[in-house]
Amino acid sequence: MTTELLIWLIPLPPALAFFLIVLFTNKSKALSHTIAVGAAFLSWLGSMVVFFRAVGEEHFTAFASSIPWLPTGDTWFRIGVSIDPLGAAVLFFVAWTVLMIFLYSVGYHNFGQPKGDHDRAGLPPHGATVTDEHGHKHTVLSVEPMYSRFFAFIGLFAFGMYTLVVSDNLLTMFVGWEIMGLCSYLLIGFWYGKPSARAAAIKAFMTTRIGDVFMLLGIAFLYKATGTLTFSEIFTEETLHVLANTPAFFGLSAAGAIAILLFIGTVGKSAQWPLHVWLPDAMEGPTPVSAMIHAATMVSAGVYAVLRMFPLLTADFTGHGLTTAMSVVAFIGAFTALFSATIAVAQNDIKRVLAYSTISQLGFMIAALGIGAYIAAAFHLITHAFFKALLFLGSGSVIHGMEHGVLHTGNHHVDPQDMFNMGGLRKKMPITFWTFLIGGFALSGFPILTAGFWSKDEILADAFAHGHWAVFITLAVAAFLTAFYTMRQITLTFLGEPRTKEAEHAHETPWTMTTPLVILAVFAIGYGWVGIPEHFPVLGGILPNWFHEFVGGTLLEHPEAVEFSWIPLGTSLLVALGGLGLGWLVYRNVKSPAEDRLQIPALKNKWYFDEAYDFLFVKPAYWFAETFTYKWMDKGVIDGILHFFGKAAAWIGDTLRNYIDSILINDWIADKLSHQWTIHPAARAVRRVQTGRIQQYMLASIGVLFVVGVLVYYFFMA
Amino acid sequence: MDFLSSHLLTTILFFPVLAALVILFLPKDEAKLIRWAAFVASLVPFALSLVLWFNFDKSAAGFQFEEQYVWYEALNSTFHLGVDGLSLTMVLLTTLLTPLALLASFSISEKVKGYFMLFLFLETGMLGVFMALDLLIFFVFWEIGLVPMYFLINQWGSANRNYASLKFMIYTMAGSLGLLLAVQMLGVAFGTYDLVSLFDKWPYAATLANVALGGMSIGTVKTIAFWAFVVAFAIKVPVWPFHTWLPDAHTEAPTAGSMILAGVLLKLGAYGFLRLVLPLYPMQAQQYAWALAFLAVMAIIFGAFGSYGQTDFKRLVAYSSVNHMGFVLLGIAAAAKVAGTTDAHIAMNGAVLQMFNHGLSAAGMFFLVGVIYERTHTRNLNDFGGLFPLVPVYGGILIFTSMASLGLPGLNGFISEFLVVRGAWGVLPGFTALAMIGLLFTGAYILKGIKNVLHGPLNEHWVHGEHKLTEISLREVLVMAPLMALILWIGVWPAWILDVINKAVVRLF
Repeated sequence: MTTELLIWLIPLPPALAFFLIVLFTNKSKALSHTIAVGAAFLSWLGSMVVFFRAVGEEHFTAFASSIPWLPTGDTWFRIGVSIDPLGAAVLFFVAWTVLMIFLYSVGYHNFGQPKGDHDRAGLPPHGATVTDEHGHKHTVLSVEPMYSRFFAFIGLFAFGMYTLVVSDNLLTMFVGWEIMGLCSYLLIGFWYGKPSARAAAIKAFMTTRIGDVFMLLGIAFLYKATGTLTFSEIFTEETLHVLANTPAFFGLSAAGAIAILLFIGTVGKSAQWPLHVWLPDAMEGPTPVSAMIHAATMVSAGVYAVLRMFPLLTADFTGHGLTTAMSVVAFIGAFTALFSATIAVAQNDIKRVLAYSTISQLGFMIAALGIGAYIAAAFHLITHAFFKALLFLGSGSVIHGMEHGVLHTGNHHVDPQDMFNMGGLRKKMPITFWTFLIGGFALSGFPILTAGFWSKDEILADAFAHGHWAVFITLAVAAFLTAFYTMRQITLTFLGEPRTKEAEHAHETPWTMTTPLVILAVFAIGYGWVGIPEHFPVLGGILPNWFHEFVGGTLLEHPEAVEFSWIPLGTSLLVALGGLGLGWLVYRNVKSPAEDRLQIPALKNKWYFDEAYDFLFVKPAYWFAETFTYKWMDKGVIDGILHFFGKAAAWIGDTLRNYIDSILINDWIADKLSHQWTIHPAARAVRRVQTGRIQQYMLASIGVLFVVGVLVYYFFMA
Repeated sequence: MDFLSSHLLTTILFFPVLAALVILFLPKDEAKLIRWAAFVASLVPFALSLVLWFNFDKSAAGFQFEEQYVWYEALNSTFHLGVDGLSLTMVLLTTLLTPLALLASFSISEKVKGYFMLFLFLETGMLGVFMALDLLIFFVFWEIGLVPMYFLINQWGSANRNYASLKFMIYTMAGSLGLLLAVQMLGVAFGTYDLVSLFDKWPYAATLANVALGGMSIGTVKTIAFWAFVVAFAIKVPVWPFHTWLPDAHTEAPTAGSMILAGVLLKLGAYGFLRLVLPLYPMQAQQYAWALAFLAVMAIIFGAFGSYGQTDFKRLVAYSSVNHMGFVLLGIAAAAKVAGTTDAHIAMNGAVLQMFNHGLSAAGMFFLVGVIYERTHTRNLNDFGGLFPLVPVYGGILIFTSMASLGLPGLNGFISEFLVVRGAWGVLPGFTALAMIGLLFTGAYILKGIKNVLHGPLNEHWVHGEHKLTEISLREVLVMAPLMALILWIGVWPAWILDVINKAVVRLF
C-alpha cells in the first residue's frame, strides 16, 4: 500500500467504529469495546508504518495527496492529507496515547463486573451487591451502564484528532478540530444526569466556540488573502512575503492579523487565559476522557495548530524584537503558565491539580512559540502528552482504587478524588505509584532522567539565549511551582500513612489499566533522549539530537540550535529539585486541609474568574436574550408596531362603519335622504303610473317606440 | 413516455393537484386510505424530480425542460416554466420534504381528507414559484401557496392558531402588494411578463414606455420597485425586523406544517432574491448591498438571541430559522456587492446551499419537536429534563439534527455557512465579523435545547403510568432517516449538489 493511501485510511477505523457501535452493536458490551479497541489498534498500526517510513527516508519533506472537494466559482477547493516531519512526530504520540486510553477504558468502566443495583444511564455506576460462596454479601464495582456508548464517543474523538493531524489544509483540520469539540461536549457530559456534568459540558463547548468563531474568521481571511488553505501552498516564501507586507487592521500585517485570529482558536481549545475556565470543569467526565482531552487530543490540537501556523506567525519576524502577534502569543502563554500554576497549588481534587497543571504546561508551549522556539515547543508538546496521559490515567487508577475502598466501607460521604482522604497508597497500589511518580517527576522536570526535563529545559534555554527575560523568569517561577504542587500531590496521595479507612482498603487496578500506565511511563522517560542538545555537558553528542534534526525539517529554513549556557540549565535544576524538595518538606506531615497553609481563598476559587464571567457575560447574555430581544424588541416594539397597524385598521374600519356607513350612508343617505326625501316621494309619484290598465300601458309603449324610432333615425340614418 | 419527457415540469407541478382531486372522491372515513394515497401520490413528483435531476445538464446555459403555453393573451403573459441549477435544487427540496411531511402527518386524525388535500395543493403552489419563468405566473403561485398554509394553521393548529394564521396571511399579503404593483409596472412597460426577456431589457432600460413616471427619474422608479420586491421577499424569508410572524406561525402550526413552512416556504423568499431581485436590479442591489447585509446580520444576531431567550421548544427552533436564513441573505448581499467575482460566486454558492441545508435540518428539528410534543402535550422546556435514558434513539437523532443545525463541521450546515463567511469576508468584513456573534449564540441555543430536554436529572413524571414517555416509532425514524443521510452526505461530500449550484451561480451572478 502506498504511504499516501495509508494516510488517507488512518482516521477511518475509529469513525467506522463509531457508526458500527451506534447503529448495530450497542447492546453488546464485549463486541463494542472489541470494535473500538481494534479500530484504535488499526489506526495505531497505520500511524507507526507511516512514522517509520518518514523517519527512514533521507531528507524527508512530506507524503501528500489531495482530491478536489468543493467547487468554488471556476476552480475547485482541494482537500487532502499530508504528513511532514511535524505531522509524523505528532502522529506518533497521538497513536500511542489514544491506543493506551482505549485499552485503559475497558478496565476503568469495569468490564466484566456485574450490573449495578440501582445504576441508571446518565449517572456513574454506584456498585453492585454480590454474594460469595459463604453467603456473605459484598458491594463491588459495577459496570458502566452506557459502556458501549462510551466507546463509540471516544472512537469519534480519535477520528477527529487523526483527521486534524493528517489534514493538508486548514479547513479539514478545522473539521477535525470541531468534531473533537463535539466529542468533548458529549464526553464531559457523559454522565449527563448530573447537573454539574451537564453544565461543564456546555461550558466547554461554548468557551471553545468563542475561540472557534474567531478562528473561522481567520480561515476566511487567509483563504481570501491567498486563495488557498493548503499549508504547502501558503507556506511558500512569496506568499508569506506578500502576507507580511499587506496591512490589515490595528497596525498588524495580514500575516499577523490572521495568525492572531487563528491563535484565538487555540486560546479556546488549549484553555489559555482568558478562555481557560472550561478545562478544570471538564474533570466531570470519566477519567479516560480527561486523559484524552488533556493529553492525547484536544488541548494538544490547539498547540499543534499554532505549530502549523508558525510560518505565518513569524512571517514578518526579522529576528530582532518580537512582532506584535508574537508578543501577544508569548504574553498569553507565559501569563497562563504562571497564573494556573498558582491555582494548582491550592486544589485538593487529584484531577483538578492535574487540570491546572495542563493549562500551565500548555502555557509553556505557547510562550515558546511566541518567542520563536519552534522545536522546543513541539518537543514539550510531545513529552507532555506522554507524561500527562500517564498522570491522568494514573489518577484514574487511584480514584478507582479509592472507590473500591469506598464500596468496601460503604461510607459514600468520602470523596474518592480528594487527596486529603488518601495517603499511603504506595503500598496498596505499587504499579500505580511508581508510574505516577515517573509521570510526576517528568512533569516537574526532574533532571536528566525524565523527558520533561529535556523539553522544559530547552524552552528555558531558548528564552534565555534570545534575551526574552520576562518570559524566562515567568516560566522559571512557573516551573518551580509545578515541581512544588506535583510533589504535594505525590506526598498527599501516596506517601505517609492512609488517612482514611477507604484509603486503607484501596486496591490495585486490573491489568487493562496498569499496562497502559507502564507503557506510557517508558515514554515519559525515554522520549527525552531523542532530543538531547548536542552541546549538553557530558551527555550531549552521545545520542544524536534526532528530534531537532527531524522536526526542524518541517520549516523552510532549518532552525539553529541555541548555544549552551549554564544559567538556564542551573535555573532548570534549581527550580525542579527545589520545588520537589520543598513540596515534600511542607506536606509530609500535613494531615488535613486545615493544616495546609496554602488554602488561600483567592487561589482555591481560581482567582474568581468563574464568578466574574458569570456576572460580566453569562447573566447579561440571558438578559439580552430573554428580556431585551424577546420581550422588549420582538414582543414590545416590533409586534407593538404591527398590532398598532392592526388596531388602526380596525379603528378605521369601525369608524367607517359607525360614522360613515351607519350614520351618513345608512341613516342619512339611505334612510333620510333617499327614503324620506327622494325615493319615497319619487316612488309615490311613479306609483301612479302603475294603474293596472292595459290600455294605458299600450299607449306608453307606443309612445316609447315612437321616441326611440325618432332618435335612431336622427342619429344613425340621417 | 414522450409526453412525460416533454411535459416533465408540468407533470411534477400538477400531479399533486390531480392526486388531491382523486382524494376528494375517497370516502371520508377511510383515514388510513387517504393518508396512504396522499403519501404514495407525493412520491411521484419526488421520483420525477429525481429523473429531472439526473437528466439535467449542469454544463448547459440557460433554462432547461422549458414549457410554454398560452395563458393570458391579452396581457401577453404566458404559462412559461423552466429550471436551472438554482430552481432545480429547490424543486428537489420541495418534492423531497413533502412526502416526509405527509408521512409525519399520519398521526392527524381530524378532518383527514381536507388536511391531506390542502397539503398537496400547497406542494403545487410552492413548486410553481420555483418553476415559473413568467412574472405573473410567479406571483400567482406565490399567493396560491398562502391559502393552504393559512388553513393548515387555522384548522389544525394549537391554541393560539387564529392569531397566528391571520398574522401570517395578512403580513405576507401586505408585503406582496408592493410586489404586485412593481410587477404590473414592468409588464405594462415592456408588454411582456416573460422573465427571460425581462432579464435582458429591464436592468438596462433608460426609458419606460406606457408608464407615467410622475416626474421621477428612471433611477428613482427602479429604486422604489427594487424595495417593493425586497420587502415582499424579506417578509417571507423572514429578515429582521419582519420576522415576528414566524415564531407565531411555527409554534401554532401542526408539526408537518412547520416542517414545510421552515423547509420550503421560507426558501420562496430567498429564491425571490436570487431569481428576481439580483438579476432584475443588479445596480440597486449593489448600491444597497450594505443595507441587505445589515438586515442579514441583525437577523443572524437577534435570531440567535431570540432563540436563546425561549422556554418553548418549538419557538426556540422557530427563531433558529431567522438566524440561519440570515446567512442566506448575507451571502446574497455579498454577491450583490461584487457580482462577477470569485467572492460573489463563493458567497452565492454558500447562500443557495444554505437554503437547501436549512430545509433539511429545520424540517428535521420541527419534526423532532413534534414527536415529543405528541407524547407529552407540552413544549415547555422546563417540563422536560433528563429524558435521554427513556428515549435513547430519539435522543441520538435529536443530538445529530441539532448539531447539523448548529453548523458542526462534518455536517451540511457548516459547508454553507463557511462558504458564506468566506465570500462575505472579503466584501463586507465588518458585517461578517458581527455575524460571528450570532454564530456563537447558535451554539448557545442549540445546547440549551438539548440541555433541557435530554440532559440533567430525570423528570420522574415521564417515567411511569399514563405519562410514560415512549420511544420514537419506526414511522418517525423513517421520516428522519432520509434527512439525516442527506445531512451527513452533504457534510462529507458536498460536490454532488454544490457543483450543480456552482455552475448556475457562475453563469448568473
